[in-house]
Amino acid sequence: MTRSGSAEAQFIRAVPRRGASVPLTLDGQAIMATEGESVLAALLSQRGFLRRLEFGGEPRAGFCLMGACQDCWVWTETGGRLRACTTPVAAGMALSTATPALRP
Amino acid sequence: MADIVIIGDGPAGMNAAAVVHAHGHRPILITESRQAGGQGYRRPSPGLELDMPSLMGSEAGKYLALHARFEAIRSAIDYRQNTLVWNIENRTLHLLRDGVASTQSFDALILATGAMDRIAPVPGWTLPGVFTLGGAQVALKDQGCFIGRRVAFVGSSPLLALAAQQYRKLGADVVVIADTTPLLDKVAALPSLANSPRTLLRGLAYLGGAWRAGVPVLNGVTALAIEGDDHVIAITLKDSGNRDRRFACDAVALGYGLKPETQLAELAGATLVYDETFRLWLPRTDAYGRAGPGLYLAGDGAAIGGADAAEASGALAAHAALADLGFAEPGATMLGLRRRVGRLRAFQQGLARAFAWPVAQIGALADSVTLCRCENVSVGDVRRAMDQELGPVEINRVKAMTRCGMGRCQGRVCGPSLQEIVAGHAGIAGAAAGRLRVQAPVKPIALAAADAIS
Ligand SMILES: Cc1cc2nc3c(=O)[nH]c(=O)nc-3n(C[C@H](O)[C@H](O)[C@H](O)COP(=O)(O)OP(=O)(O)OC[C@H]3O[C@@H](n4cnc5c(N)ncnc54)[C@H](O)[C@@H]3O)c2cc1C
Ligand code: FES
Repeated sequence: MTRSGSAEAQFIRAVPRRGASVPLTLDGQAIMATEGESVLAALLSQRGFLRRLEFGGEPRAGFCLMGACQDCWVWTETGGRLRACTTPVAAGMALSTATPALRP
Repeated sequence: MADIVIIGDGPAGMNAAAVVHAHGHRPILITESRQAGGQGYRRPSPGLELDMPSLMGSEAGKYLALHARFEAIRSAIDYRQNTLVWNIENRTLHLLRDGVASTQSFDALILATGAMDRIAPVPGWTLPGVFTLGGAQVALKDQGCFIGRRVAFVGSSPLLALAAQQYRKLGADVVVIADTTPLLDKVAALPSLANSPRTLLRGLAYLGGAWRAGVPVLNGVTALAIEGDDHVIAITLKDSGNRDRRFACDAVALGYGLKPETQLAELAGATLVYDETFRLWLPRTDAYGRAGPGLYLAGDGAAIGGADAAEASGALAAHAALADLGFAEPGATMLGLRRRVGRLRAFQQGLARAFAWPVAQIGALADSVTLCRCENVSVGDVRRAMDQELGPVEINRVKAMTRCGMGRCQGRVCGPSLQEIVAGHAGIAGAAAGRLRVQAPVKPIALAAADAIS
């Protein structure tokens, strides 16, 4: 099993969005989101997963999208955590797909 | 002036607030969300060019009317968005907003906390690309995104066909609608559904649309499994003729109806009773929504009924609260609402038979299937732990032994299936397996916030 996590986008945009560009970083790489997007939608429209599970490191991409399952947590570079499905993107967010303990 | 507090701004909470306001009071409306509407009447996030009325079709009128009514009172009520209620004790609500904790007392509390999807695990269900059926709708309505390019709609729910229709309408490729309830069981449930012909016809219209578009619509499927290494590549199943089928796809929307969010109700003192039809523990209320002194439940958080029942039961609970506080006479309006809520919820009882929770299929899951996606506990872990116990095993004991249901979703996702695995493996009735007890905080919060308050 690869379990590396897919680089291909999971979400496909169906309806256009208007709004300013919002710069973020993910694992140190600069990425662009659009104002109004959730962190989850912004990340999954550019890649295949959000985070790695603490147990075994398998990729996860959220599940309920309504703030109930807590499967979509991403970490901030400063060690805080965000629930990606209910958090709108904000300029300067510095995000990480691995829990602090799993980072190289 | 008495504090009437409403939690939740879906159709039930919005309408409860409108009724309280119409009687000259200023309700406090608390919600975790950032936009009014809850799940069913959700508004698109800012900047999204989504034509929601067109997407909602026959339901658009009600959606627009409720939002207009709410906009008209919004500035006249104490509306607190982005605020989580994480505990209720001694008639005090514990709140958290942007990391800041506070408390709120109440004279009457109306809980309109809604529902979430009920999920039965299948092999591969933790792969990226598998989302709840409700989540597939949220992706579209909130974010204007499909959960994938080629989507399979799987489980057992009338909303499979509805969501598939919304996806097709906006251009997604729907590869299959696969429902685990046999067609015969659906036909058998028809008499109990005929009381609400409009809703029934709407459901049939969605299915008809799928058929005409050439989407395979399968009933009575078994042996569901999702294939893939690090993301979904296909769904496999046996159709009702026991033939193996495989549908290539990159996303799966999975759902078996809804289950009420009862955590706050339980903390506030409501009694939970096992319902044989839904095979869920549901809060006990009277016909008006009363669940205890000064405690009222409305909407899908009380009993699954859909958006119409939520709207009506929100008004009903508000009327009951106002009457109990001596602010209004119980009148004909209440009786009318009570009848309407009763009829709409009876329809859901019929739906629960036509779209059944797959008890046998859950019992037949292989040991290797993940049951708890938070703590990575498998079905086999639970069965083995039960085998080690000498006496009868109840669900909270299994939770303590395996950590299943102890993770950050607090058993919201695995709870109903854990219940079936425990009951099935012990050979006892669903109710005898016991109920996962709620624990505050009802959702994970930063520890500093909990410390600050206690
Ligand atoms: C994910 C999902 C998607 C759905 N999509 C549709 C759809 O597209 N069409 C449809 O007809 N039906 C849909 N439904 C069905 C839906 O349950 C009902 O139609 C309707 O929305 C129920 O209304 P309600 O007012 O009871 O609850 P909801 O509309 O679910 O509202 C619940 C409210 O309670 C708040 N809340 C809950 N817990 C807390 C807490 N601890 N602290 C603070 N606030 C809290 C939430 O923020 C929310 O505002 C969906 C259900 C789900 C779960
Ligand atoms: S996806 Fe379930 S909480 Fe975010």
